[in-house]
Amino acid sequence: MADQQTSLEFSRNVARAQSDADLQSALEKLQRDTRLARPVITGRLPEFEALRDRAVAIKNHTLAHLDHYLEQFETNVTEAGGHVHWCNDAAGARDTILQICRDTGAKTVGKGKSMVSEEIHLNDFLIENGLEVVETDLGEYILQLREETPSHVVMPAIHLKKEQIATTFRDHHTELDPSRPLDAPSDMTEEARIKLREKFLAADVGITGANMLIAETGSIVVVTNEGNGDLIQTLPRVHIVIAAIEKVVPRIDDALSVLRILARSATGQEITCYTTFATGSKREGDLDGPEEFHLILLDNGRTKLLEGEFRDVLCCIRCGACQSACPVYGAVGGHAYGGVYGGPIGAVLTPALDGIENAWTLPEASSFCGSCEAVCPMRIPLPRLMRRWRDIAHREKLNKAGTRRGLALWAWAAKRPKLYRAGARIALSVLRGLGGRRGSLRRAPLAGGWTAFRDLPAPEGGTFVDQWQKSRRTQVRK
Amino acid sequence: MSNAPDDATRVGLFATCLVDLYRPSVGFATARLLEAAGCDVDVPAAQVCCGQPAYNAGDRANAAAIARQTIDAFKGFDYIVAPSGSCAGMLRHHYPDLLADDAVYANRARAVADKTWELIAFLVDVRGWAGIDARWPGTVTYHDACSGLRELGVKDQPRRLLEHVDGLELRELDAPDVCCGFGGTFCVKYPEVSGAMVDNKTDDILQTGAGTVLAGDLGCLMNIAGRLSRRGETVEARHVAEVLAGIADGPAISGVR
Repeated sequence: MADQQTSLEFSRNVARAQSDADLQSALEKLQRDTRLARPVITGRLPEFEALRDRAVAIKNHTLAHLDHYLEQFETNVTEAGGHVHWCNDAAGARDTILQICRDTGAKTVGKGKSMVSEEIHLNDFLIENGLEVVETDLGEYILQLREETPSHVVMPAIHLKKEQIATTFRDHHTELDPSRPLDAPSDMTEEARIKLREKFLAADVGITGANMLIAETGSIVVVTNEGNGDLIQTLPRVHIVIAAIEKVVPRIDDALSVLRILARSATGQEITCYTTFATGSKREGDLDGPEEFHLILLDNGRTKLLEGEFRDVLCCIRCGACQSACPVYGAVGGHAYGGVYGGPIGAVLTPALDGIENAWTLPEASSFCGSCEAVCPMRIPLPRLMRRWRDIAHREKLNKAGTRRGLALWAWAAKRPKLYRAGARIALSVLRGLGGRRGSLRRAPLAGGWTAFRDLPAPEGGTFVDQWQKSRRTQVRK
Repeated sequence: MSNAPDDATRVGLFATCLVDLYRPSVGFATARLLEAAGCDVDVPAAQVCCGQPAYNAGDRANAAAIARQTIDAFKGFDYIVAPSGSCAGMLRHHYPDLLADDAVYANRARAVADKTWELIAFLVDVRGWAGIDARWPGTVTYHDACSGLRELGVKDQPRRLLEHVDGLELRELDAPDVCCGFGGTFCVKYPEVSGAMVDNKTDDILQTGAGTVLAGDLGCLMNIAGRLSRRGETVEARHVAEVLAGIADGPAISGVR
């Protein structure tokens, strides 16, 4: 992996992101497109807000009866000729998948886009164990060539400009004519299409994620815009689905409700180009489909989240709307967060997956502007959950000692109004003296974080409360 | 005390710590608007800060202590009004959460939440008041501060009142609802990210060609004014209450005296 950034070094990652001109221009485009698209999608669907409420209700109901629906799902998958594997953690899931590949004598694995496979670092593991692994989603394919990780949940290569992708293709597809045109995105998609077609046909095993699991039928739902998800689950002899346990919904109707908000929130489309429902293995008389169908049901910390104050995060449908809308993500991109998931959802999930001691910097990296919660189709209170992580980080004394001391001193004074007022009078006269006639300060004591980028406005002089008391006393005397 | 009748609505003015320390004129503008809207205004001397710096840093114990102190300071008012969506949002949405397990203060926190309003929303939505008597010859643009917008739904109210200001022309930002990067302690914890955000906001302000940027939160305004000043721009920043109250004749935030 090309130098993976860590969550704890967020500040350093920021500097790196800000000095990357290509990244900055890609992020500007993402933010602009997102801002223009959103009112159009929501405006064209008057029932959008009601659909959000319905989706939240479906998820909350499912989470309250998760054991029931998961068992119902397992029964129906098994009846449809599939095999369900319950895996507690990443290592268990990796071993199970490797064993299935070995049992079928597989050499080549084709993959559909799956964030949960990123979460368990599946590709590296399978490659280390002698398998050839090929990503078939265009964005993921580009990243695999570049040895990078996804920077966005639904637009994994959004951090790249098309010129960078053209260079990557020239560097890797060396058997093709070096003078071929690769200026237009269509040139590149056509080239990738030809390269990937060989891989689809050669793959022994197809691995995909699932956007949803339907309990009443044992079906999986996969949405893509490229159709790669369909090819890779029907052409290879074996199909392995890896999905976290919170992906289950009770009925087909429920899945349809969620689908109506998923693409709209993710990419601004009304629906993705391909929406595929698949159930079990190939039956007699079926024209295509896998001979073997395996479903990896992954916990990886979900059960623990279900019990506690972070439960709402299990409602996430991985649309990436919070990332696209977040101004902090927009300034630094997804890789700076260091974890598998960047942006607000990453700031909440990464501490749960990697431990708060390894990621306390992420929930701090928010101005609490609330854009994420405003666009989240599942109404996940992301700022509140980030604040909960800050509570824990503070309790465990993970954040910087200097910050803690400054805050403790301020709180000590703030709890003593009379003393606070006396201190304020002194501080104000000092600041006013420093501000002089200019009206603002370029530097001020203890305010380096502020004055690195901004002048500090000088106070008008005297506190409002003091002046009010004085003016009202004067009025009463009159 | 005030000119309001004896049975007038009693409003406790929560100035917020930034207005108290940095810009008393916003406090006086607030009082003036509230009195014009027929309220009897008082400013309890025991008020300090809403407690957000502690609350957002994960220090719930200190945040709760400050919240209890604020609740005590504002006993006996019909309403609590703040010239800030952020601080009003803290009282309205976060005090009940913060004190939910407090046997004595849980109820009081809910009562305070119910009667706390952001200034402009209070004038328009509660008082149904639009008796603006102010003149401001010039073009302004308006930044929607995040908490007011997304926690309290303050969006149209300031624009409706600004329409009544004689001579004022409002030119909208391209992205009025995008965060300016202040975020309380966020701006000093991650100054580079905050700096990039306020630069975007500043660019947006400049492209409107307006001479003044208005907003309803002093934190955002100090951030924006500080960046404008650092970039050597002459665009001024003011709290919307100053313009609406007709007392925006003193120096702007960061402005030359």
